[in-house]
Formats: sequence, C-alpha cells, structure tokens
Amino acid sequence: MLKKITLALLVGSLAAPAFAEGEVNVYSARKEQLIKPLFDRFTEQTGITVNLVTGKDDALLERLRLEGENTPADLLMTADAGRLYRAMEMALTQPVESEVLQQDIPEHLRDPGNQWFGLTSRARPIFYAKDKVKPEALSTYEDLADPKWKGRICIRSSDNIYNQSLLGSMIAADGAEKAQVWADGFVKNFARPPEGGDRDQIRAAADGVCDLAIANTYYYGQMLAGNDADEQAAAEKVAIFWPNQQDRGTHINISGAAVTKAARNRDNAIKLLEFLVSDDAQHWYAEANQEYPVKPGVEPGERLKGWGEFKADSVNLSELGRNNAEAVKIMDKAGWK
Amino acid sequence: MEIKSALWRAVLIGMALFTALPILAVFGYVFVPAPAVWQHLIQTVLPDYLLNTALLTLGVGVGVLLLGLPAAWLNSMCRFPGQQLFEWALLLPLAMPAYIIAYTYTGMLDFSGPVQSLLRDATGWGYGDYYFPNIRSLGGAILMLALVLFPYVYLLARAAFLEQSVCVLEVSRTLGCNPWQSFFQVALPLARPAIITGLSLALMETLADFGTVQYFGVTTFTTGIFRTWFGLGDHAAASQLAALLLGFVFMLILLERWSRRRARYHHTSSRYSRLPRHQLHGGQALAAVLVCALPLLLGFVIPVGQLLYWSLTTAAEGLNPAFFKLVSHSLLLAGLAALSALLLALVLGYGKRVRNDPLVNLTARIAAMGYAIPGTVIAVGVLIPFAWTDTQLNLLTRAWFDTRIGLLLSGTLFTVLFAYNVRFLAVSLQTVEAGLGKIKPTVDNAGRSLGLNALGVLYRLHLPLMKGTLLTALLLVFVDVLKELPATLILRPFNFNTLAVRTYELASDERLADAGLPALMIVAAGIVPVILLSRSIGKSRAGAHRKPVRQKEARETRKANEQINPAEYSHRLR
Repeated sequence: MLKKITLALLVGSLAAPAFAEGEVNVYSARKEQLIKPLFDRFTEQTGITVNLVTGKDDALLERLRLEGENTPADLLMTADAGRLYRAMEMALTQPVESEVLQQDIPEHLRDPGNQWFGLTSRARPIFYAKDKVKPEALSTYEDLADPKWKGRICIRSSDNIYNQSLLGSMIAADGAEKAQVWADGFVKNFARPPEGGDRDQIRAAADGVCDLAIANTYYYGQMLAGNDADEQAAAEKVAIFWPNQQDRGTHINISGAAVTKAARNRDNAIKLLEFLVSDDAQHWYAEANQEYPVKPGVEPGERLKGWGEFKADSVNLSELGRNNAEAVKIMDKAGWK
Repeated sequence: MEIKSALWRAVLIGMALFTALPILAVFGYVFVPAPAVWQHLIQTVLPDYLLNTALLTLGVGVGVLLLGLPAAWLNSMCRFPGQQLFEWALLLPLAMPAYIIAYTYTGMLDFSGPVQSLLRDATGWGYGDYYFPNIRSLGGAILMLALVLFPYVYLLARAAFLEQSVCVLEVSRTLGCNPWQSFFQVALPLARPAIITGLSLALMETLADFGTVQYFGVTTFTTGIFRTWFGLGDHAAASQLAALLLGFVFMLILLERWSRRRARYHHTSSRYSRLPRHQLHGGQALAAVLVCALPLLLGFVIPVGQLLYWSLTTAAEGLNPAFFKLVSHSLLLAGLAALSALLLALVLGYGKRVRNDPLVNLTARIAAMGYAIPGTVIAVGVLIPFAWTDTQLNLLTRAWFDTRIGLLLSGTLFTVLFAYNVRFLAVSLQTVEAGLGKIKPTVDNAGRSLGLNALGVLYRLHLPLMKGTLLTALLLVFVDVLKELPATLILRPFNFNTLAVRTYELASDERLADAGLPALMIVAAGIVPVILLSRSIGKSRAGAHRKPVRQKEARETRKANEQINPAEYSHRLR
C-alpha cells in the first residue's frame, strides 16, 4: 500500500505523456502541417489519439537514443532514408511483420529486415534552364563532372542529407574511388559556392546564374503550386531532366517511418503505419507535399503526372545510409562546402 | 557559524555544478580519442572553421562597437531631433532573431529578390554584368549578427554612461579635457566593465549562432560541430571541437581580466547631480540623427517591413486559435525561464561577492559558459544526465514496485526550462554581477556593521539599489528565450509548439512568406519588454527624474529618512 502511494506521488504531475490505451506517440522530422491532418483523420477513424513532437531529424534521433528504453516515442518519422538507417544502426527501431506494409510498399523502399518503411518518395533529378540547355546534352549524374559543364551547375551545401544520399547512391553504383574522382570534377563545375536551399538552386537556374540545378522534385512542385507569382515564373523557366535512364535510374529518396524498439503502443503504431499506406492516405500524403505515393497503383497528383514517368534507381535505400559517413568525407576532400 | 558557512559554500557550488551539468556531460567525451576523424578534419575543413570563426567574431565585435557606442554616448549626453525616440527604439533590434533578419535580407537582396530584379529591369543587365555584394557570405553574416546584437553594447554602455557621476566628467573638463578627451579618457574607461559585458554577450551569441551561418553557408565551428556530431556520427570529435571553441571563449575572458588586473570601477562619489545635455545643432545634429537612425533602420524597420509584407499575404489563413496558442506557449516559457534565471543569477552572483571563494567563482564561470555553446549541444548535454537519471529511476521502480514509470524528467517542460537556464545564465549573471559591482563594498560593510546578516544586506540594500539591473536581467533573458530555437525544438514535450518552432518549420521548408507571421509575432512579443527595459534605464540615471521643482520635497523626505534608519537612508538618498 505504502509502495503504491509513494509511486503515485512520484509519478504525480510530473509524468510525461502516459502510456494509456488508445494512444500513439510520434517523433516526426516531417513538418507538422504535412502530417497533422492525416493523424486527425486517423484519430477520427480509430479513436486512437496521436501525440506529436516535430523536430530536426538528427536531433530527434539523439533524443530517442538518449531516452533509451524509457522513451515515450512509438513511431519515428523522418524525411529521408539515411536517418532511418542511422536509427536502425543505433538499435532504436524494431522489425514489424505486417502483410499490409509488405504488400503495399515496394521492396527497395523499405528495409530488408522490415525495420523501416518508406511512405512517400521524391526524386532528385537535374533541372535545366530551358533557354540555355538542350536536354539532349544531358545524360547522367556522372556526366556532370565533365569539364563542359564548368561554371554551369548550382547545388546546395554538402551539409544537406539529400546531397549526402545522392553521393551515397553513387558510391553504391560506382565505388568510393570513382565517386571521389567524380566529386572532385563535379565541384569544379559549380557556378558559385553552394548557398541556400533547393528552391534557391532552381531560382538561380531560372535567373541565369547557372544552367543546371539539382533539387528535389517536391520543391519544384511547391514552387509551381504556391501562390508566389515570382517563384512560379522562375519554376516555369526550368524543366526536369531524368538522369541515368539507360542504366540504374534517377536517384530517389523517401520519407518514411520506423517503430521504435521501446514502443509501448506497438500495435497502435503499426495501425498508424498501415493507415498511412491506405489508398486515400497515400494520395493525400503525397499530394500535400508534391511527392510520389509509394504504393503501386495510387496515382500521383496531376502535376507530377505531367512530368512524365521515369526509371528510378532501385538500389535499396539502406545502402545510402551505410555509405553516408564515407560520402561526407568524400565531399570534404573535394572541397564541396 | 562555521557550519553554516560551509553549508552555504556547498549550496553555491552545488547549484553552479547542477547548472554546469550539461556542459560537463558533453565534455565527458573530450577524453575519448578520435584520431582518425581529427586527421580528416585537420586536413580538410578545420582551417576554414578557424579562420571563419575568427573573422566572424572579429567582424561582429567591431560592428557592434561601431554601431552601439556612438549611439549610446549621443543618447546619454546630447539632445538632438528625435533623440527621445532613438533612446528606446535603438533597443528594438534585440527583439529580432538573427536567423529571421537573415531570412528577410536574403529575400530582399538575393539575385532573384526585388532589389536586384529592379536593378536588372532598370538597366537591362543580366547575370555577371554587374557586381552586387552577396548577402549569403561571411560579410553578410557579420552584418546580420552585428545589426541585431549591437543593442547589447548600446544598452549596457548607455546604462553605464548614465550612471556615471557627472562630477567626474566636470572635473575632467575643468582639468583641461575637451569633450572628446573627456569621453576617451574618462567616460569610456569608466564604462569599460559594462561595455565589455555587452561586447562579450554579443560575441558569445555570435559563437553560438547556428541559424544564420548555416543559412548563409558559412562554415564555422558551430556548423562544424553539427556536421561532426551528426554527419560523421563522431561524438568525441564533435565535443572536442566544442571544447576548443570554449577554450577560445575562456581565453578571451582571461585576457580581459588580465588587462584589468587590479583596477576597480566603483564610483567613489555618490553626490550626483543632473547632467546637462548638450544641445546639438545643424550639421552636428544631422550627423547624430544619422548615427542613430542607420542601425535602427537596418536592424529593425526594414526587416520588420519585409515581415509585415509577407504576413499580410498570409494573415487570412494564419491567424487562428492554434496560432494564439503558440503565442501563449512562447510567452509562458519565456516568463518562467526569465524568473528562474534571475533567481539563479542572484544567488550565484551574490554568493561570489560575499565569499570570493575560488571554487565558487570557477563553477559559476563554467555554468555561465552555456551562452557560447550552440543550443543543440546544450540540449544534448541536458538529455545525457536527465535520461540517465530517468533510466536509474526506472530501474529502481522496477525493482521495488515491479513497474515502470516512464520518463519523469526528459520530455517535460522542466527540461526545457532547465536548458534555457543553462543557455542564458550568462545573461542574467553578468547583468547582476555588473549591478553588484557598481555597489561599493562599503555599503555591505555599513549594513553588516549595523547588524544585518548577508541575506539582509542583499534584501534590504542591494535589491532596492539594483531594481533597474534586475529588471534588465529579467527582460534580456525573456527576449532571448522568445527567440531561442534549437533547444526548444529538441526538448519540448508532445503537442507543444512555440512561435520560434513554427517559424523554423516553415522557413526550413523554404516557405519564407508563410514564416513571416509567426516571425513577426516573435518580434512583436519582444518589443514590449524591450521598451520597458529602456524606460527602467532612463530612470536609473542619477538625478534624471529629480526635477528642480521637487527639490524641496526631496529635502523633506531626506529629513524624514534621517530619523528612521541610517542604513536605509544611504540608499534612499539616491
């Protein structure tokens, strides 16, 4: 009895979110406005409350790691595969056996051991200024190290995980040595030292700072869909080129999720994951951020359909996570800021 | 008495150590060898980190002095058109987070922004046909940081100028100094502790800045620590980088101490009189207006204009109940953090004064270093000991009660508030110490000899004497917490967002226009405390609020005071 009272006092008002039934706790690197509406719908359908903390990927991972087995988080959502791989490496995730997930998510977009799952995908193609470059001149990422592109390419800093993953995919395809040679040549072709985000690269190409830009597709989609007339006009001056169509395909990445190792609401977390790959959710989830659904058979939005179909690199995204530290070092050596 | 004194010492050291815990936790990694990563760093990026950090610090240091000092002097000593407005308005840039001013100027001055587009439309130039300074550069980062950090120097320098006894200045003039000499030889050296405090606050904030330099693609120590900790996944090398950064800070502090050596800066005279303001005319007045208007325009008016413009385009969807919840969360956190940081600073600052114990001084100094450490590092440092405690607690409860209680500390508001205290203790501590430093030790002695104990001296003499200082400390932390981002982002509980978090989410999604409204709200919420701040300083000037008409009244109060209590009388005299 005394023990119970002591415990009650201990827990008292301090306690973090309780582990009550009917809840699922999410740490998400995906921005609130891109998931909250879906969570609300999930709650409506199932009665399960979704508690949410958003933040930067790495920081959330660190919090998860330090909280260890006492973490309240059941589900970790990130905006790229590299971080999910890192979480798995740090033994923060657990395998999930779910027929629904295995059926609805293509194999290369989830972990071979079912530790994490891709939920939407995006490509990182080449954007070219329509008035300066003929698409016939373009072929592969590898070709961008050719001196003919000297001073013509815009890309953001190597601090960015999307660039680290892109280089990770090249290490997977060509090996570290060739990737280093490529990076050395590629950096020499920069029109300016890396600055700004992906949208800034597209705008720079539109404004004539450079002829080519590398950016994620959803930024391009958002520029076209947004209500900023300047950005729209800028986006309309460039077009997408899908590189490496003759070999491995264009580099893609995912936003995805993993059930945490310490999940106390494991079943609810899996329910939420399964809900996120249902047709309706997939459609909304992808459309909200101008991304591609992962589930085969669910059509992307009209705008994305207009960009045409392309062959995507089918390397398992785990590979990219494995190559990440190597990629950072290669970029440092190449002087990619 | 002996036991009590030992207890006091233990409490002081304990409090300082507890606050220093996150810093110590991160530096626990310092002794883990990481030769491979270091070799890589030295060969590739470290020279850049060093050079950029040094240039950034130097540039911001010069910038804040150039912007802050002349304005502070003019606003203390002279009268010119608009002076009463500038007096408080020059503090407004404090309400503007550095990363937000960076967003706004980038939006305006970028190649694709309105300024350059207009220029191209007007002249028909294209890319490469003309030179335009790139805002996303080291120079740009220096400018942005100097524009929002100069008020620290302005604020503290002006407070110091105002509190200077006018007799000293008059004496210097009668001894043959011209106004310039009297400024450089008397006023400036006397204000030195305050100016250094302001400068060091600005520089520490510069060293801890992540948002601005990262946005501009300038590689500094801070971005390097992030890249090493997260990108290379090497905690040891990252914390060694952080230690190097702190070593740098420590060296600066020591250098300043050494250069001061035995000099002390108490005012020896307490006979204050009203300072006659010098009326400026013509060209002089115009120059003074320019000196004050330029930093205000660049550091506040223009960026706020841009934010307003962005907000207007999105206000229709943006202003909803959820938004006001963000506002209340931000205010709540800032208020609580300001209060607790002030209390902590009072205890530590006064403890240092009373005891002058080397160990107390050292631990307090370490605890106050959090200001120069990036928020993310602090957050990780907070998590390490807290999560450890939680784990131990859970082991205990499992052994005793066969149940888990989950996280008691991590993921609560307490954690967030604690992190703010670690991060911003320097602000309140330095302000409180500066305030205490201006009170002559004879006041303590008089109080003690009249039978007050140490706490009594603090409560009955020091607190009333430094009301202005306390308010300053409170408001500075309040505004700082409003702007704080990285620690809040990592540590906050479920379903709890603040204005800074929302601004970051939108801006990092490259939706600058949508970020305008919450950013503007941060600034707006910071304005009120900033104005209060300015008022409290205006009043602190010796003789400033004592108009001639009231002299008779004052004489009467004084007479009444003499009959009550000589100890209290000594401060009421002010």
